[in-house]
Amino acid sequence: MTFENYLLLLLGMGSVTYLPRLLPLLFLSQRELPRWLVDWLELIPVAILAALLAPSLVIEGDSGRLDLLRTEFWIAIPTLLFAWKTRSLGGSVLLGMMLFWLFG
Amino acid sequence: MRTSSTPDKSLREGASAAWPICLGYFPIGMALGVLAQQAGLGPVWIGLMSVLVFAGSAQFIAVAMIDGGATAASIIFTTFVVNFRHVLMSGALAVPLRGVKRRFLLLFAYGITDESFAVNMTRFRQGHWDRWRALVVHHTANLTWILATITGGVVGTLIPPGSFGIDYALPAMFIALLALQLHGRIYLVTGTLAAVIAVVWKLLIPGDSYIVGAAVSAATLGFLLRRRAFSTGKEGE
Repeated sequence: MTFENYLLLLLGMGSVTYLPRLLPLLFLSQRELPRWLVDWLELIPVAILAALLAPSLVIEGDSGRLDLLRTEFWIAIPTLLFAWKTRSLGGSVLLGMMLFWLFG
Repeated sequence: MRTSSTPDKSLREGASAAWPICLGYFPIGMALGVLAQQAGLGPVWIGLMSVLVFAGSAQFIAVAMIDGGATAASIIFTTFVVNFRHVLMSGALAVPLRGVKRRFLLLFAYGITDESFAVNMTRFRQGHWDRWRALVVHHTANLTWILATITGGVVGTLIPPGSFGIDYALPAMFIALLALQLHGRIYLVTGTLAAVIAVVWKLLIPGDSYIVGAAVSAATLGFLLRRRAFSTGKEGE
């Protein structure tokens, strides 16, 4: 691939990445949103976090099969409880890493 | 300038909120740099991709596709599909960033990733957070990512896989942020629904559609449940 072609590819990839990140923010932030939309959007962070996280804990990456015995899943439980109790992000990250290092 | 905040303080607090992201990004970015090198994309090339695209998983897929000789159109289309989930995050960020100048948003939108979104939304919710601190989180993470991918291309992975449990840094961060997002019963219900739907969806339908699919369905179900609970006079929160 020539550098020019590569640059064009990156510009294409960059636009289709940037525009979905920009447009909803640009349009929705400039107006009064209806109450129902605000209520719905309020649930998006927890929904998207859980949707991103859960499959990575219980589905094996290569085979794509469900596996409830993965270390990733079991050490998620004490990490979650620790975060819930202490409200400490940094401490939870370190605890999760330590558990994964020990048992992973 | 507000009395409670100086640029210095925003910089410090923003950067310190970003550290778990940076810790997680470094080994992943270096791994991407190594893969890119093997696919014939040198450090400058992959660094440029990290600047112009800045999207972890999409970059991994793009490198593999370039290596496999895919057409530009198919790579761009795949990138669009993989990154489409950011539409939801961008929409949700419009609530704390209401009325902010468009010029600021043009810069801010560039750095919206799963990780920065999770950190910033949690902080906005907790209070004592503003757009400048959020922007610092974006650019600290972005800078780390760019440097990590270039470093990987130059020297290879410095951190052997599995060491210090660093591979679990980002999952642990997501787990902790998820715990901090559970402000009440309806959030717990929505999160559980999203987790279950996402797992089932991913098992049934290959690809990345499960992220947007599960998030939208769970948020909608949670929204309807809360509305129902309110209309019957029960406590919904």
